[in-house]
Amino acid sequence: MSEENSAAGAGGRPGAGGVRARLAAWFDERMGWQQLMRHALDEPIPGGARWAYVPGSGLLFVFINQVVTGIFLSLYYVPSADHAHTTVAYIQKVVAAGNFLRSLHSYGASVMVVLLMLHLAQTYVYGAYKNRRELLWMMGCFLLLLVLGMSFTGYLLPWDQKAYFATAVGTNIASEIPGVGGWLKLLLRGGNEMGTLTLSRFFMLHVFLIPGLIFAAVGAHVFLFRKAGAAGPPRPASELRQLRRETFFPGQVFKDFVFGIGLLVMLGAFAHGWPVSLGPVANPADATYLPRPEWYYLPFFQWLKYWHGPLAVLGVVAMPGLLVAALFAVPFLDRSPERRPLRRPAALAAMLLVFGSVVFLGWQSGAEDRRDPAVRAKLAAQEDAERQFAAAPFEPEESLGVRGGATSTAPAELSADAAKGSLLFESESCSGCHGAAGHGGGGLVQIPDLRARYSTAQLAAMLRSPRPDMVAGGMPPVELKDENLRAMVAFLLSPERTARAPAGAAAGAAGRAGGRDAEPGRTR
Amino acid sequence: MESASMEGDPLHRIEPDDLGDVCSGGNGGNGGNGGNAGKAGDAPPGRSRRSFFGVLIGAISAVVGALMAVPLARFVLDPVLHPAGGADWFDLGPPEQFAGAEPVRAEVTFRRVDGWRVSQVRQTVWVTRDAQGRPRVLSGVCPHLGCVALWNGERKRFVCPCHKGNFAADGARISGPPPRGLDPLPIKTEGGRLWVKYQYFRQLVPNREVIG
Repeated sequence: MSEENSAAGAGGRPGAGGVRARLAAWFDERMGWQQLMRHALDEPIPGGARWAYVPGSGLLFVFINQVVTGIFLSLYYVPSADHAHTTVAYIQKVVAAGNFLRSLHSYGASVMVVLLMLHLAQTYVYGAYKNRRELLWMMGCFLLLLVLGMSFTGYLLPWDQKAYFATAVGTNIASEIPGVGGWLKLLLRGGNEMGTLTLSRFFMLHVFLIPGLIFAAVGAHVFLFRKAGAAGPPRPASELRQLRRETFFPGQVFKDFVFGIGLLVMLGAFAHGWPVSLGPVANPADATYLPRPEWYYLPFFQWLKYWHGPLAVLGVVAMPGLLVAALFAVPFLDRSPERRPLRRPAALAAMLLVFGSVVFLGWQSGAEDRRDPAVRAKLAAQEDAERQFAAAPFEPEESLGVRGGATSTAPAELSADAAKGSLLFESESCSGCHGAAGHGGGGLVQIPDLRARYSTAQLAAMLRSPRPDMVAGGMPPVELKDENLRAMVAFLLSPERTARAPAGAAAGAAGRAGGRDAEPGRTR
Repeated sequence: MESASMEGDPLHRIEPDDLGDVCSGGNGGNGGNGGNAGKAGDAPPGRSRRSFFGVLIGAISAVVGALMAVPLARFVLDPVLHPAGGADWFDLGPPEQFAGAEPVRAEVTFRRVDGWRVSQVRQTVWVTRDAQGRPRVLSGVCPHLGCVALWNGERKRFVCPCHKGNFAADGARISGPPPRGLDPLPIKTEGGRLWVKYQYFRQLVPNREVIG
C-alpha cells in the first residue's frame, strides 16, 4: 500500500517515475485516491494502536467472509420448501468444498455475534459513546439488531427439523406483541402456518433486505466514526490531549489485520475439522420435536419459559423491548464526560447485571435440558437422527413426470374420438414436447386443463395456427385432416386427460415443479 | 480494514495540533516523505516501516486469498469437473423381432442426474437395417431442432413433424432443414440380444458430435 503511495508520490511529476508511477498518477488525477488513502490511513489515534480496538475491524473481516461464502452458497441453494433441504444436502454431501463453505458461513454467524458482544463491551467500558458519539453508538446498536436478524432468518434456510421448529417458536413470539402481534406473525410467515412462503420471506430478508441495510449502516457507522475521530483510551479529556498520537496505519491496521486473518484462519480450521451437520428434512407433523435455537438465542429462549398467562406480554415483549431501548439510549442516560469505567459504577454495574443475567439464563437453559432425563433422551435422539442423516449418502430428488414420454394413455376410458386423438398425440410427436398426454414434466411444456378456456372450434383454430408466443416456443401448426384434428381436440379437452395427470399436475403443481406450462400466467 | 469510502469527507475534523505530530504519510506532492510520527521518543513509523507493513499485509492477504480461492473454485467448478454419469447400454431384446421390412420403434428409459434432482428420461430409437441388412439403431431425435422423427409407412421414410425433415429408412437425409441424417447409435449383440448405447448429439451441425 505505502509502496504504491510513494510511487504515486513520485508520479506527481508526470513522466518522472516509471510506468507504475505514471499509471498511479493517471488514476490519482481522475480519482483522487491518494488523498482518500491518506485520510483512511493517517487517521490519528490518541494513545496509539491497541489490541482492545480490534473487534470492530474483526467484524468487517468476518462480514466479508459471510458475504463471499453466502454468494457462493446461493449457487446451489433453492429457497423453496420442496427443494431447500435437498439443495443444502447436495451442497453438504456432493459439491466439492460445499461442506467447508457452508460450515464457514454457519460458524461465521456465531463469530459475528461474539465479536459484536466484544465490540459492544469494549465501547461501553471505554465510554466511547460519549462526546458527540450518540449517533455512532445508535448506528452500532442498529447493526447489532440487523446481525441478530441475519442469524434468525438464516437459521431457517436449510429447512431441516431444528430450523423449522426453532423458527416456528421464534415467529410465535411475535404474536405476543399486543395489538399487532397476530398480524406480524402472519406477515412474517406469509400465512397462518409455516410453509414455503415463510421460507421465501426469510430468504428475501436474509439475502437482500438485511444485507442491504447492513451495507448502508456499516457505511454510516464508519463515516460517523471517522467524523468523531477515534475516542482513544478512557482518560479525562485533558490527559487525552497529552497522549502521543499514532496514525491508523501501520500500527492499528496491522493489529486489526493480524486479528482478522487470525479469525479467518481459526474459522477455516473449525470448518475443516468440525463441519456443521444437517438434520433430516423438516417434518411439520412431528409434534414431538424439541426445538432449540442457536446458542446465542438460548438466554432469551430460557427467559421466555418464566413468563406465562397475562404477564407474558411483560416478559416476552415489554422487558426485552425496554432493554433494547435502553441500549440505544445509553449515551443519553450516561451523560457525564467521565469515561473511566471505575468512576462510572452505575454504568458498569448495569452492564455486569445484564451480562451476568444473560450468561446465567444461557447456562440455566443447558442445565434444565440435562436435568430432565426425558428431555435429555429426546435431545440425544434428535442429535442422533441428525448425525445419521448427515452421514447418509445424498439422495437426489425424483422429479415428477417422465421426459420424452411415450406412455400411451389407456384409451378405454376415453370416447372413441378422444381415444383416436390420444394415439395421434403420440404419433404426431406432440408428446415429444408436451410429455405423455400433455402432462409435461422434466422441462417439457405442460398442456394445462383447457376445458374452461376453449371451445372445440377455438382450440381447433388455435392448433391450426398457433399463437405467436406458441410459435416462438417451437410449436408448429398442426396439419391434420379435419376428422383427425377433431379427434385431437376431443382428446385435449377430455376430462380423462386432465384427470390422469401425475399427482398434482391437474392443479398445475407438477407443471410448475417439473416443467414449463404451456399457458404461463393463465393456469391456477 | 477500515473502509476508505468515508474518507473524502471534508467535515473530517483534524485539529491543528494533529497536523504537527501525526505522521502525514509523507506522500503529499510537496515533499515531506517519511515524516516523523508521534512525539519525540516514539518509534517513528518512517517510510521503510510503513512500506514493510504494507508489503507484509499485502503478502499475507495474497496467501490467505489464494488459500480461500481454492475451495471457492472447487465449489464453482464441481459440476464441470464431476459431470453426471455417462450413457448406459440398453437391452432392446432379441434382434429377430426387428427382422421386418419397416423400422421398428423402441424406447429406452434412463435416469438423468441433473444436479440435485434426477428425472426419468424416455427416448425413442428406431431399429432399422443398413444396406448390408445388418441392424442399425437410429436416435429418434431429429438433428435439426430435436423433435422426434416418425416413420411414415406410406412414403417409406422418416418425417420429422416439426419442420418436415425427411430421412431415408437407413437414416440418411433426404430433404428439409436438418443438416445431417438421423444419428446412428452404438450397438452390440450380446447373449443373443441387441443392445444400444443411448447418446445425445449436437443439433444443427453437419458433423456428428456426441454431447452426452
